[in-house]
Amino acid sequence: MSDSHEHRTPVALKGLSADDPHLQPAAPNPQLVEQVIAVCFVLGALCIAGFGACYWIDAQAWKLGATMGFGLFFLGVGLVAWGKYLMPRGPFVEERHTLANSSADRDALAAAIVERGGGVVQRRKLLGGLLGGGLGIFGVVAMFPLLRSLGPLPKTTLQHTDWKKGSYVVDQSGRRIQVGDFAIGSITTVFPEGTQNSDRGQAVDQTVLIRVSNEGFTTMKGRESWAPKGYVAYSKVCTHLGCPVGLYEQELELLVCPCHQSMFNVRNGAIPQFGPAPRPLPQLPLYIDSSGFLRSQGDFHEAIGPGFWERA
Amino acid sequence: MSDVINTQRSKRQALGPYGRVGKTLDELDDRLGIAKGGRTFMDKIFPDHWSFMLGEIALYSFVILLVTGVFLTLYFTPSQALVTYHGSYLPLDGQKMSQAFASTVNLSFAVRGGLLMRQMHHWACDIFVGAIVVHMARVFFTGAFRKPRELNWTIGTTLLILAILNGFLGYSLPDDLVSGTGIRIAYSIILSIPVVGSYLGFLVFGGNFPGTAIIPRFFILHCLIVPAIIVGLVGAHLFLLVRQKHTQFPGDGRTETNVVGSPMFPVFMAKTTGFLFIVGGITALLGAFAQVNPIWQFGPYDASRISYAVQPDWYMGFLDGALRIWPSWTFHDWGHTIPFEVLIPAVILPGIIFNLAFVWPMLERKFTKDNEIHHLLDRPSNRPKRTAAGVAVLTFVCMLFVASSTDVLAKFFDISLNTMLVAMRVLVIISPFIAYPITYKICRELQGVVGGGKRKTPNVVSRTAEGQYVATPSPAYVDDVHQGLDATPVPTFITEEPVVEGENGVRVVDR
Repeated sequence: MSDSHEHRTPVALKGLSADDPHLQPAAPNPQLVEQVIAVCFVLGALCIAGFGACYWIDAQAWKLGATMGFGLFFLGVGLVAWGKYLMPRGPFVEERHTLANSSADRDALAAAIVERGGGVVQRRKLLGGLLGGGLGIFGVVAMFPLLRSLGPLPKTTLQHTDWKKGSYVVDQSGRRIQVGDFAIGSITTVFPEGTQNSDRGQAVDQTVLIRVSNEGFTTMKGRESWAPKGYVAYSKVCTHLGCPVGLYEQELELLVCPCHQSMFNVRNGAIPQFGPAPRPLPQLPLYIDSSGFLRSQGDFHEAIGPGFWERA
Repeated sequence: MSDVINTQRSKRQALGPYGRVGKTLDELDDRLGIAKGGRTFMDKIFPDHWSFMLGEIALYSFVILLVTGVFLTLYFTPSQALVTYHGSYLPLDGQKMSQAFASTVNLSFAVRGGLLMRQMHHWACDIFVGAIVVHMARVFFTGAFRKPRELNWTIGTTLLILAILNGFLGYSLPDDLVSGTGIRIAYSIILSIPVVGSYLGFLVFGGNFPGTAIIPRFFILHCLIVPAIIVGLVGAHLFLLVRQKHTQFPGDGRTETNVVGSPMFPVFMAKTTGFLFIVGGITALLGAFAQVNPIWQFGPYDASRISYAVQPDWYMGFLDGALRIWPSWTFHDWGHTIPFEVLIPAVILPGIIFNLAFVWPMLERKFTKDNEIHHLLDRPSNRPKRTAAGVAVLTFVCMLFVASSTDVLAKFFDISLNTMLVAMRVLVIISPFIAYPITYKICRELQGVVGGGKRKTPNVVSRTAEGQYVATPSPAYVDDVHQGLDATPVPTFITEEPVVEGENGVRVVDR
């Protein structure tokens, strides 16, 4: 090992004689290292062959990965050891050349650009302007099909859902909810009838329906008729980032969004009690029709989901 | 018989002293003129230091990403069209799901080697981004970004952003329950941008969320456009590395005007190719033994369903953490809403962090008035202010990362979410201010330690003929005989307190 501490001055590669100590292997005992590397390569080759065999017999994924992984690993370790211990130990030195050129060269380049090119352009200001204008117009016009074709304009899409006056409240399987269906404390996800299987229905119209009591129930002032027989419905789209508010803490009557832990109090109009959500979940006004089915009085009173610029 | 030998010998002689290889090179040189440049390339010197291979890890995991990614594209269907699954994974039998999800489950279970390739691809991505971050930290703390390498620092920072972006696009492709929620959050973040947010969202998603366009669009971005940019920038990164030559630590004949190390051929080539195999091997072993992103357990995406403990891949964690702990400040007036609760943590904050990275070389040049060319690296402890600033920023980002698992931590420690949230808010804000002075102090201490950063040499105790014991320090190891670390000129911004030479050669630092 003392050999590796032997002081060696870095030398340039060029013109080095073949017997120079810098070109000798770094290892003091090359034979032993060679044997170890040979073992690595044999193991690696065997593992890679094993990978082929595993692939052939359609073995489990972990066997494929283990054979390939160990195969590559052993080949790699052998190759690194070869490079580290059996190749010229150096150290070698190479001069850096300053990247910067002489000031004469720089001036020559600047002159070529400014005098040859700039002069021509400066004398033809009109042409330059016209060409620039044409390219500019092209740039703007090219944006239209590139950008505009990507999607429709938002218009008022984000302001509304598919809940209409009289929409039947249905669950995920499309079954209409009747007033006697729920025990107190029950919760389910509902949709306006007809949207329960659509992407938009699942993303936009999704609503949680909770029965908090047997009586008519008021979440806040002005919403006296919205929760008949204790059925309360809130938009399921979190007002923070739009995740479904999928957790319900039954004892505390809190709706919880699992994404960023916003919590909404079901009893007082889903006002956020905790977390980053800035607004209550919009409440859906419900009524019970003469046949006992739950239906909506209309759309949510405000835009559902996370905030955006046009949200009034 | 002798005729044959003579013919072969004469053939060999006709080929010249370097045989077939020489002949081939001659032919190539006739046409391409490669001899001179080729020799220079073969002789190119690479300095040896373990920290210089961090970038290689990033490069090779990218190679693995390309190879495994091509495999995956052969079996993945980028479509949100609904199908009913009847494949080999029975628990999902009969479920409605998008073709993207169904084809991902199929390529995992029905394609030979498919699961391994998918897991390797995912692991390679996690390693890719991680290696970029660690490599970037190395470059930062050793001052390798200084003139003339600012442009390469900028390219590298861009690569980090692209790697994070492509990672997000990639894990969104299977259209499973967890990644679908991630896309939903990304959509809401786009919506939060004032004035243009909803337009941008509709253009990116081809309408309101979820629509049917996002998976095919993410597919083309993830598999073609972003990788093409990454390949181009990696090429530029390496070209600049070759053109400007590698930096090196000072010591043992290493100066600002040379490079000391091993030659490209054969030493560096052998070591780096071996390293490629090792990175590939470890990725394969991870793919074999460490399950990652088991989408069949999450189920297909359905906008009205969600699971508990939803977390993105690790490199998006700091964003998620910021979103969790930022207060619910929002602006709502004059018929408009500005969702600051999203805009600040998810748009402005990462904008500040990455722009700070972009402009750091410029900032440091401005403060230190150091406009010299540097090829020798700094020891981090010799630049205490830069090191402390870097550690402070890293601490801040790490704390945001920790904050992305408040719910899991609250459950683990059995404390209330509220306590956890408040704790994380406090930690995120104060920990950089704690990290800075501690790091600064440690750096100053290390400067005061004689032989700091070097291996300790043993004392040789011997007994004289008179029975007296004498301890003599053995000479320093050759590798440790540095020539001091006086990169010139010392930037004026770094006001190092004078090191006082005290008794017995012990350096005293004013603390």
